[in-house]
Amino acid sequence: MNLWNWLALGGAAVLTLIVVAELRRRVRATAAGRRFFRHPTAELGLFVLAFFVTVAIAAPVVAPYAPYYQIDIEHPDHAPSAQFLLGTDPLSRDVWSRLVYGARVSLGIGAVAMLVAATVGTAVGAVAGYFRRGVDAALMRLVDVGLAMPRIFVLLMAVALWEHIALWVLVLLIGLTGWFGTSRLVRAEVLSLREREFVAAARALGAGAGRVIFRHVLPNAAAPIIVSGALGIGHMMLLEAGLSFLGLGVPSPAPSWGNMIADGWHKMSVAWWSSTFPGLAISLVVMALNAVGDALRDALDPRKEAA
Amino acid sequence: MEPLLRVRDLKTYFVTEHGSGTARAVDGVSFEVQPGETLGIVGESGCGKTVTSLSILRLIPEPPGHIRPGSFIEFEGRNLLTLEPRELRAIRGNQIAMIFQEPMTSLNPVFTVGDQIAEAAIVHQRLSRRAARTRAIEMLNLVGIPDPDERVDHYPHQMSGGMRQRVMIAMALVCHPKLLIADEPTTALDVTIQAQILELLDRLQADLGMAVMLITHDLGVVAGSADRVVVMYAGQVVEQAPTTALFARPLHPYTEGLLASVPRLDAPPAREHGRLHGIPGQVPAATAWPDGCRFHPRCRYAWDRCRAEAPPLLDAGGEGEPGAHTVRCWLLTEPRRRTPHP
Repeated sequence: MNLWNWLALGGAAVLTLIVVAELRRRVRATAAGRRFFRHPTAELGLFVLAFFVTVAIAAPVVAPYAPYYQIDIEHPDHAPSAQFLLGTDPLSRDVWSRLVYGARVSLGIGAVAMLVAATVGTAVGAVAGYFRRGVDAALMRLVDVGLAMPRIFVLLMAVALWEHIALWVLVLLIGLTGWFGTSRLVRAEVLSLREREFVAAARALGAGAGRVIFRHVLPNAAAPIIVSGALGIGHMMLLEAGLSFLGLGVPSPAPSWGNMIADGWHKMSVAWWSSTFPGLAISLVVMALNAVGDALRDALDPRKEAA
Repeated sequence: MEPLLRVRDLKTYFVTEHGSGTARAVDGVSFEVQPGETLGIVGESGCGKTVTSLSILRLIPEPPGHIRPGSFIEFEGRNLLTLEPRELRAIRGNQIAMIFQEPMTSLNPVFTVGDQIAEAAIVHQRLSRRAARTRAIEMLNLVGIPDPDERVDHYPHQMSGGMRQRVMIAMALVCHPKLLIADEPTTALDVTIQAQILELLDRLQADLGMAVMLITHDLGVVAGSADRVVVMYAGQVVEQAPTTALFARPLHPYTEGLLASVPRLDAPPAREHGRLHGIPGQVPAATAWPDGCRFHPRCRYAWDRCRAEAPPLLDAGGEGEPGAHTVRCWLLTEPRRRTPHP
């Protein structure tokens, strides 16, 4: 770590603090914003998330080394020091640098996979709930099948079938096996919303099914979708970490928090740092996501006002 | 004159959830709406008023509901029951518009009222967003909302019930429909606001030259606004007459009962020790209408024939052309029986 890296890291932390404080100041005017920040852990969670996102974006200036660079292959496993902030791993790569670049991969996979899952889940749930009858029955049985299959084995099988799986295929796979819960949630919302009077009013105005679904039904179901999305990113990240730990996810030497744990775990007794820090990062981010998701749930639900 | 809307023998049935039978919510209703007139449709809850209006726009949820073959709804010479969904959508909100009973729940809570008023104009007239917004402001002005420039960006929850009903009316009228179906437009409102809304509807009807189907259970509302009245009971039309004729000479015992149940300030009811009059009993279930005349269990004139034989709509004569006043009652054939049973 040279002076510039420290400055950049400090800058990222300060920037994040300012962003969170500014956000807090702005949304405090609204009831939803107050409900969000009333959650004791929400602010901390938001800070952790914002920090990791900032650092991931600013990876080239925050990280002193390239993520693949093997500094001194003769002498691996340096303990954390001023030079190697989080030590070096058994292949003599800087753990901090890999953690920072790995944030891009792990957060990115989590977010994109969740986006895929939320899109497919919302579409399926909306169609099933709005058109009901045969469409509903067929789609919901499909969802039952999806929920009954152990996801990790489906993914393992898929990964085993294609030997060198591209990263985007992996992301798609994680997303496409993760929408079942969302679709059920959206279907339930749509079933209740479609009977509301404003939906009848919209149809009486001549709006077609597409317009009714996109303008009148889904916007009213946004809150649960957003909350399940926020909580779901954590699941997606854990899944990716699990797969990568098994060596079936993000291929080495590209850093992901999951395969970083795998790289260091056989040396846990002598060089604890190379597995512990990525593990801590995963836990921190998932906890932060859960805290923010919970706070969002309260913020987007006006009935919590009295509580 | 060629009627704007002609409903013939409309039958809308619902299959009940547990297969316990078919609810014949609307069972052979016929009426006509002339261009520019106000037709009042009156009846108690559950008599089929709302189902009739939803059937006209084909908004009946199917299943469980369906409109029976043989029914006929003609609007400007086109049978609405055989139109393609796309053609039907071109009529909804554009030529026939509807306002609903509950202004509190009939507006989408997540959009501004301006967006919602503009929606029909965007759907039917392909207006740009900017033009549609200008139109929405005009409409708010038309329905008498103060500060329309500002109100156009408000959300429904920022408005009172009366204002929301005005917004609903603005939404319905944005494309200048030829027929407005108003389903209990004032039921959820305070009496003072009710009067304002009815006045507004009257004024707009005169300005825009549209026909209005005013559905209500309140005879006072009908007396003030309607040109003609259709009285419904148990899924059927029981009496149909020009408003003045109906109030002057109600012929069906049900209409008589409805009129007698209206509390009056000028003539307190002498009978029954100053208590308000009511029609005994309640509307039977739509799955099991009584045999014969459907009103006979509650009718104080009923005799054997009423229990056995269902009366058709009979011409009551009176002034005006034949068929102006029709009544579904055997009393017309035996007027001397119009004395209540002991």
